[in-house]
Amino acid sequence: MMAESNNHILMMKGISKAFPGVQALEDVDYTLKKGEIHALVGENGAGKSTLIKVLTGVERQDAGTITLDGKEILVRSPQHAQALGISTVYQEINLCPNLTVAENILIGREPKKFGRVDWGKMNVQARQMLQELDVDIDVTQTLGSYSVAIQQMVAIVRALKISSAKILILDEPTSSLDAHETDKLFEVMRKLKRAGVAIIFITHFIDQVYQVADRITVLRNGKLVGTYDVASLPRLELIAKMIGRSLTEFDDMTKIKLESSKHIKGDALLQARGLGHTGAIEPFDLDLHAGEVVGLAGLLGSGRTEIAGLLFGTEKPDTGSLAVNNKPVRNYSPFDSIKRGVALCPEDRKAAGIVDDLTVRENIILAIQANRGWFKYLSMQKQYEIADQFIKLLNIVTPSPDQPVKNLSGGNQQKVILARWLATNPQVLILDEPTRGIDVGAKAEIQKLVLSLAEEGKACVFISSELEEVMRTSHRIAVLRDREKVTEFAGEVDEHKLMQAIAGSES
Amino acid sequence: MRQSQPTFTWRKITESKLFFPFLALALILLFDLIFDPGFFRIETKEGNLYGSLVDILRNGSCIMLLGIGMTMVIATGGVDLSVGAVMAIAASVAAIMMNPVIIGVKLPPDLMKFIYDPNFTYAPLWQVILVTLIVSTICGVWNGLLVAYAKIQPMVATLILMIAGRGIAQLITNGVRIQIFYEPYAFIGNGWVILPFSLYIVALVLVIAWLLTRKTAIGMFIESAGINSRSSFYSGIDEQKIKLIAYAFCGFCAGVAGIIASANIKTSDANNLGLNYELDAILAVVIGGTLMAGGRFSLLASVVGALVIQATTTSMYAIGVPANAVLAIKGLVVVFVILLYAEQVRDLVRRITGQTARPSGKGAGS
Repeated sequence: MMAESNNHILMMKGISKAFPGVQALEDVDYTLKKGEIHALVGENGAGKSTLIKVLTGVERQDAGTITLDGKEILVRSPQHAQALGISTVYQEINLCPNLTVAENILIGREPKKFGRVDWGKMNVQARQMLQELDVDIDVTQTLGSYSVAIQQMVAIVRALKISSAKILILDEPTSSLDAHETDKLFEVMRKLKRAGVAIIFITHFIDQVYQVADRITVLRNGKLVGTYDVASLPRLELIAKMIGRSLTEFDDMTKIKLESSKHIKGDALLQARGLGHTGAIEPFDLDLHAGEVVGLAGLLGSGRTEIAGLLFGTEKPDTGSLAVNNKPVRNYSPFDSIKRGVALCPEDRKAAGIVDDLTVRENIILAIQANRGWFKYLSMQKQYEIADQFIKLLNIVTPSPDQPVKNLSGGNQQKVILARWLATNPQVLILDEPTRGIDVGAKAEIQKLVLSLAEEGKACVFISSELEEVMRTSHRIAVLRDREKVTEFAGEVDEHKLMQAIAGSES
Repeated sequence: MRQSQPTFTWRKITESKLFFPFLALALILLFDLIFDPGFFRIETKEGNLYGSLVDILRNGSCIMLLGIGMTMVIATGGVDLSVGAVMAIAASVAAIMMNPVIIGVKLPPDLMKFIYDPNFTYAPLWQVILVTLIVSTICGVWNGLLVAYAKIQPMVATLILMIAGRGIAQLITNGVRIQIFYEPYAFIGNGWVILPFSLYIVALVLVIAWLLTRKTAIGMFIESAGINSRSSFYSGIDEQKIKLIAYAFCGFCAGVAGIIASANIKTSDANNLGLNYELDAILAVVIGGTLMAGGRFSLLASVVGALVIQATTTSMYAIGVPANAVLAIKGLVVVFVILLYAEQVRDLVRRITGQTARPSGKGAGS
């Protein structure tokens, strides 16, 4: 153990971090060897970004230690992290597209002559740095005139040179690159690795992990699942570790589900035929029946959220048709969807769900009121009635309905959003990641709620990154892969087969 | 649990949106009490009230009106820089309708001789006011279309009309300052019915705005769109239309302010009428505690904010501060009031008044 720790450039031990309402990281270990590419994987909310934020000084850990080169360190700020040799290239490139490539690389450390910037020398230096990575471009052109891949390289060069980095963090670097560009980036990564740089590679593309990484660390729900050598971990097993399966608190769910499946009625409430949107989701068919919960399974970016957007009308399809209650849909907008009795509880609670400065009451009545229009304002008494009803029904923990919703914990915020949609009394309820980032107890409550809503005759779409959860709640599961609906499972689902369908191929 | 629970604790009062604007106003008046005891003297002439306090209200009426409209726009997360220019347009429209001779409209010879008559107007007063308000509302709609539908940044979108507006106002009057002789119109700006007549108009607009935002769902939708427009869209709120309404109403308020201002000085002055008023209006809203980022708003707090600005100016003049120093002092007062809003200062105030921790849940882990 001691000997092993010698070639570890970075050791993070027992890192914990809590945000109001969420335990983002719990006792996580992460180690990095000199000259290795170490992938950090996990679904959204797994804690990847929090771990990086702790390492780069954006957030301070509640517990745990960070050891760099054998010395325990306390990272005070992103600047401090850079000074320590920890550099980060973020997903969205934060360089200046209207400056030249050379300026972008050397800004803040321009070579000077007589106190003025030595432009000639600056361009030569920049060109050399890029050539070290086999990137041969005109550094006097503006950054914006190059492809995203080149911009990414420039960002990497800047990150490396800023502090002669020992550790390079690449946060989803390939998400906007095509296959060829990705290969080029991987070449650069391998080259850096040979030069002794340790690379933390965050991605949700499983293929790429196997292409370039040496080791994998998997996080789930803020906890460490494990660290593995790439060679010894089959793909399917990796996916199983990412999505998770286990938890025994939900045993009675199966019984409820079996019971509720008797209530599924014949005619489809909602029918999608060849519905699609170029670039977002390939055309798909989907039927929803009254009393049915249909799960959408697939990895992040597989098209789950896009389907939800089309069914609810936040996105307009460019092919296919949608019918609700056998009436063809012409107007795609949230307003019209609510009128039709379709509701969507969106994936991103903060950005598209809660209105954080409004009170719990206002958040709950928002969608009903929007549907009533501007002038048929619900009386205060009615507003409180509705709010109280749902606070009780969903067990929302709040001191009063007049509390700004931002003061509630994540799980309770999620319930407020659910209440907003339940209050519109929808026939079709689409739930996109309704349990993300909330604790286990609240998760179970929400899952049971979904089943009881189905029992009342509503049709539900349940989207989740957690496979176990989808299997537990859904009567039928549609599997998505690479922005395409690939298959459907009904009745008793074999977990292994389901995972194979998600992963695509056994390898 | 109910909002009707009447517990007037310190906390309730200090957390209220109205607390700080009123506190600032009280401090300024306290200052006046010390340095100019005559400041609070109110005289009665022919049943009407006169005095420095009344002056503050009267001179502040334009900023109060603009503040009401601006509050709604800022609450949506926008800003309207064109209100001063819209005031000028409104003044020009009103003036030209009462006295169109200047742009070459030939009046019958028997009417020409009445042109300087204080009881003569070419178009009847109700038409003058109606058309002026329609034109200014259209100006607001234009801003709203640019912001909500063309998705131009509010500051840029309204800058267009801010610059072009005074040009339009000049075009309307052919570049001439038109004097207004018609007395009933002038009464709007300088008449008195116990209190200055313009105050009744401010009160009326405030009530209309309050009914519009608080007795319909529009107020909540404005706040919702201002806080999180994406969530609002997902909830089925037509946030574009909401923004349009806010800008349109802001234009309407600017029109009313333009009528009052031109009636007060009895002329349409395309170059100077309402000049820099947009900045005072924005300040009034900020002093009233509405965040520039949008969200929660209070119309009454903005009106008090406008009074803070006007009271500062009037007080400075009253104690004999030279005119060219007034702007600098106004700046100091604004800095002081804005500091009151800083969370750090609020914490300090709470500590002094014996209130302990922040509201529950905020920042505390669970």
